[in-house]
Amino acid sequence: MAKFELNDDSVVVIIGSGAGGGTLANELCQKGVKVVLLEAGKHESPATFINDEWKSFGQLAWLDKRTTSGTWRVAKDFSGLPAWICKTVGGTTTHWAGASLRLHEHELRARTVYGDIKGASLLDWPLTLKDLEPFYSRAEDKMGVTRTHDIPGLPGNNNFKVMYAGAKKAGYKDCNTGHMAINSRPRKDRGSCLQIGFCFQGCKSGAKWSTLYTEIPAAEKTGKLDLRPQAHALKIEHNDAGKVTGVVYRDADGKDQRQKARVVCVAGNSIETPRLLLLSASPKYPDGLANSSGQVGRNYMRHMTGSVYAVFNEPVHMYRGTTMAGIITDEAANNPKRGFVGGYEMETLSLGLPFMAAFLDPGGWGPDFTYFMDNYTRLAGMWLVGEDMPRPTNRVTLNSAEKDQYGLAVPNVHFDDHENDVAMRNHAYAAGEKVYQAAGAVRTFRTPPYPSTHNLGTCRMSANPRDGVCNKWGQTHDVANLFISDGSQFTTGGAENPTLTIVTLAIRQAGYLAEQLGKRSI
Amino acid sequence: MDFNRVTLLADHAHGPAQPRSLIPLTRREFLKGAGILTGTLAASSILAALAPSRAWALELKTLASAQGDALLQMGKVLYPHKGLPDAVYALLAKDLDAAAGKDPKTAQMLTEGVAALDKAAGGSFVTASDAKKLEAVKSLEGTPFFNTVRGQCITSLYDNDMAFAHFGYPGPSWDKGGYINRGFNDLKWLPAPSASASPAPYKA
Repeated sequence: MAKFELNDDSVVVIIGSGAGGGTLANELCQKGVKVVLLEAGKHESPATFINDEWKSFGQLAWLDKRTTSGTWRVAKDFSGLPAWICKTVGGTTTHWAGASLRLHEHELRARTVYGDIKGASLLDWPLTLKDLEPFYSRAEDKMGVTRTHDIPGLPGNNNFKVMYAGAKKAGYKDCNTGHMAINSRPRKDRGSCLQIGFCFQGCKSGAKWSTLYTEIPAAEKTGKLDLRPQAHALKIEHNDAGKVTGVVYRDADGKDQRQKARVVCVAGNSIETPRLLLLSASPKYPDGLANSSGQVGRNYMRHMTGSVYAVFNEPVHMYRGTTMAGIITDEAANNPKRGFVGGYEMETLSLGLPFMAAFLDPGGWGPDFTYFMDNYTRLAGMWLVGEDMPRPTNRVTLNSAEKDQYGLAVPNVHFDDHENDVAMRNHAYAAGEKVYQAAGAVRTFRTPPYPSTHNLGTCRMSANPRDGVCNKWGQTHDVANLFISDGSQFTTGGAENPTLTIVTLAIRQAGYLAEQLGKRSI
Repeated sequence: MDFNRVTLLADHAHGPAQPRSLIPLTRREFLKGAGILTGTLAASSILAALAPSRAWALELKTLASAQGDALLQMGKVLYPHKGLPDAVYALLAKDLDAAAGKDPKTAQMLTEGVAALDKAAGGSFVTASDAKKLEAVKSLEGTPFFNTVRGQCITSLYDNDMAFAHFGYPGPSWDKGGYINRGFNDLKWLPAPSASASPAPYKA
């Protein structure tokens, strides 16, 4: 592994080592670019991952203080935990389920296709599906996505069998074990899935793609990567000309360090990324870095989500095997006749006993609650995930009344469901119940949203600098050598799990960035 | 909901590595705490096999026995599970006792909460009828006391080996090689999916 000097101002500093930052680091290193990768969390490995929901949560989750506001249910149920994402090398790619779906063509033109939806700040992406397709293909190859590049699908587990039988009976056409970045057979030095069932707790076999044991070690092999775990970025600095010059971070020993940089790429997930730009306010940029549009932190999206759990007369043991074991895609199209724009996916999901207790019905008690726990082995479950409407008032801001362990203002996450989100959620709940009833469910339950794992849009890309924070390459409109490299870039959310698109954008951004560096234009 | 629940979630996740083991079955004469809870696992309970002995005792360091007992009973009202032994509900009293030991304000809130339960039950919550108990617990819904006890139930009752055994959740699977050869797809009561929807597992 390389070690670069703190005053080496020729390096690219990337903040965050997840899907965006970890991928970007490897892509740049492969092109010979020197990278300092700052990661706030510790360096774990498949060997240190824990098959225990609470212990793993303590090991991997981002638990720094955060606050919430707004009418969304998460603010009531998990007021200090708006998001279930990770603070560890590899970021949330340690925790993600592996679902790897491309955005649909119409989703990249949401404003044009959906029209002017009241109370929403829809915008077309400044790029098209055609622009993304070659990069999607590279991302799928890199990640080993099943049902692409001649990689077979995964075998379905019991939870999938229930979904499949119900889907067919309910009249759905498209149900299979999905496009998953989990090896269905050995590939690229990683083994095939052992159906362990703790995908959310870090994959102990390494069958599930994570930057932790793919991109990052590959980057280290080039001799161009300086990975610094437990390095929490505090502020991005700039010069009189307005170009960023480096990053101040708190290291593992609690000391502040200043790493100089030629380029800074921010990939801290969609809460920390805008927060860091806002924390980096200066006399020259009083509203925060790259925020002349006032859009930093706005248009926070978290996907319309919800879950349906169903009790059957016979055993299911849904916890056995891949957590997200299959998908129904029939509802993903845009069909406004359903009473909302955009679409949603239906994906199996399971929780272990401890997290089922925590998430089934937060705040719930009594026999209605215990009935579902009593029938734990006879439960099947699915997650509903769809496109939510961007709103300027759904927003990450600094809450200066509360300070984190670094003495910095904590982020507040404000969210109000748009009426389109509510209509879609109700439709999705009914659809999920229909599937399970068709499979013979005795009773079903509508589980409210978990803390957000799909945080998107807070530094969105836009053709017009007035409407967003970055351009179609993730380069900020205001500061040429400052890039957004995570899901914050998303102009709109689409219905699909976002990781594949984040990786795709990172591959694409790396090409552009290296080219600009070569031309000395940044 | 107040911030309490999330600090509780975070505390539990971070907390001292408490093995999800049985409550200590300390010999009674050595217990010197403020309170003691005792019980016996039914011989028919599958959990009896997990315990070194069917008799169990639990020392409370801050709360009195009567308070611990009331909290145990409140747990049973909130999360009633037929056949789940009191030894599991005693973990709730144990964890609340630990919280009371850490923070005098929590101790006071629990003391006042138990007093309120007794009052609502017309004297003694523990000896009241099931209907009266439910009524007493309901009358406190929304109070910080109720929220604290209910929130603690989630981690105390459902994250321990006895609960795992009772509800049929096996916990870790990595050490057993996952479920690839242990029934991940053994469901037979529904038609099997097509091979294109669900290909056969990889065989080395």
